[in-house]
Amino acid sequence: MISDRELEVLINEVFEYYGYDFSGYSRASLKRRVDRLYQIDGFTYFSDLLSKVRSEPGYVKHLVEEVTVNVTEMFRDPLFYKVVREEILPVLATKPFIRIWHAGCSTGEEVYSMAILLKEANLLHKSLLYATDINAIVLDTAKKGVFPLRMMKQYSENYMISGGKNDFSDYYTANYGLAKFSDEFTGKMVFSQHNLVSDGSFNEFDLIMCRNVLIYFDKNLQDRALQLFDNSLAFLGYLALGTKETIKFSTVQDRFQQLNREKIWKKVK
Amino acid sequence: MEEGKINVKCQVVIIGGSAGSLEVLLQLLPNLNTLNSFALVIVLHRKSGEDNLLENLIRLKTKVPVQDVDDKTPLEPGNIYIAPSDYHLLFEKDHTLSLDTSEKVNYSRPSIDVAFESAAEIYERTLVAILLSGANADGTKGLEIVKKSGGITVVQKPASAEVPFMPVNAIANMQPDYVLDINEILKFVTNINL
Ligand SMILES: C[S@@+](CC[C@H](N)C(=O)[O-])C[C@H]1O[C@@H](n2cnc3c(N)ncnc32)[C@H](O)[C@@H]1O
Repeated sequence: MISDRELEVLINEVFEYYGYDFSGYSRASLKRRVDRLYQIDGFTYFSDLLSKVRSEPGYVKHLVEEVTVNVTEMFRDPLFYKVVREEILPVLATKPFIRIWHAGCSTGEEVYSMAILLKEANLLHKSLLYATDINAIVLDTAKKGVFPLRMMKQYSENYMISGGKNDFSDYYTANYGLAKFSDEFTGKMVFSQHNLVSDGSFNEFDLIMCRNVLIYFDKNLQDRALQLFDNSLAFLGYLALGTKETIKFSTVQDRFQQLNREKIWKKVK
Repeated sequence: MEEGKINVKCQVVIIGGSAGSLEVLLQLLPNLNTLNSFALVIVLHRKSGEDNLLENLIRLKTKVPVQDVDDKTPLEPGNIYIAPSDYHLLFEKDHTLSLDTSEKVNYSRPSIDVAFESAAEIYERTLVAILLSGANADGTKGLEIVKKSGGITVVQKPASAEVPFMPVNAIANMQPDYVLDINEILKFVTNINL
C-alpha cells in the first residue's frame, strides 16, 4: 500500500507533468485505485511508479484509465429511468429541441439507455446527447455502441422495470458475443473528452445527467462541479445525480428544487 | 477488553455480515438503547437495487437513530449507518463516508473486506470490527487488517451462526481478539467505552 504522502506526491507529479488535477478527489477511493494500479503494473517501489509517470508520457492515459472507476450499466437503477420516462420526458417534449449532457458517461451505457427512452417517447429526432468523460479510452468504446452480449439479459430486465414495453433485443444486433446498438442512436450523440475539474461550460442543456461521478470528488470539488452544471442548465432544466448523491449542503442548493425521492432537481432560479 | 488495548476510546464499531446476519442484528439491536459515544456502521451483503427495506426494518427494531447514508454523510457518535446496496463503503479522514461503485470484491458490493480495510486505515486503534454469519469468505482479510492497525476484532461463534462459513473462515485464517455468541456480542457492545 502506498502511504498518504506518496499519494500526495503522485497527485502533484501527475498535475505538473500532464495537467490532470486529482487533488480534489476523495482520498479513500483514490488510494484504493492507486494501490490497484500498483499491483496491476507490478511496481515494487513507489519511485518506479513515479519515474514511469515522469518518463513515459503515454503512461498517464493508462493511469487515468485505471485510477478512475468506469463501472456502469444500461438502465442502472431502473426506477430512476422510470421517473425520467414518466415525469421528465413529457416536459422536455414541449421544447422544439432537446439538449442533454451526460457528464462522466464512461463507456456509454447510460447514453444509449437515454436514447432508447427518447426514441420511445418519439423525441429522439429532435434531441442531441452530449456525452463526455475525462477518460479517452472509455469514450472510444462509447462511440462504437458495442457492448458485451452476455450483459443483455440483465439490461433487458432493467429496461422492463424502467417501464420499457418493447422487445429489448430489437435495439441491437447480436454478433460474436457482442451487441451492437443501432446507428440511429449513435447518430444523435456527440462524444468528447471533458474534465469536470478543469474544463468549463460548453453549451446550455435541458437535462444534465452526472451519475456516480461526484462520489469520487471531495465536497469542495463537488461544489465546483455543481456550479458548472448550474451554469450549463437552462432555466427549468433538470439535473440528475446518482441515487446516493445530493446537492444538499452545496452552494447551488437553493437554486434547485428536488423532484421527488429520486435524485433529480429542477433549476428554478 | 484485552490487556494493552484498554484506555483507547472506541470511535467506530463496524459490523459485517452476510447470510444469517440479519437475524443476529434483529436480536442485538432491540437491546441496545444508546451507543456510548461511538458510531455503529453495518455492512451487510444485500440484494442489488434493494431500496430502503433493510434500513426501515432496522429502524423498527432500535431506539438508536438510523441515518440515511448518502455520499459524504458525516459519521457521528450515537448513530447507526447502514451501507447502501451496490456501493462499496469507504471512510474518509474528515469522518465522512464515501461511496464507490468500483468492481465487486468477493462477489460483493458492498464488500466487508473493503469497508473493514478502509475503516482500519482511518480509525486504527479506535475501531472495533465484528464479523457475523455468512456463506462467503468476505471479511477475513479485512479483520486481519483491522487487527494489524491496532483495532479490536470480534467473530461470531460459529456454533451460534446460522451460516458458519464466514466466521469459520475468519478463525481459520487470523486470530480474532474475541469469538462470541450473540448474547456475548451484545454484552461486548454494551460495555464499549464504559
Ligand atoms: C462510475 S462511472 C459512472 C458512469 C455512469 N454515469 C453511471 O452512472 O453508470 C464514473 C465516470 O466518471 C468519470 N470521471 C471521473 N473523473 C472525472 C472528471 N474529472 N471529469 C469527467 N469525468 C470524470 C470516470 O472516467 C468514469 O467514467
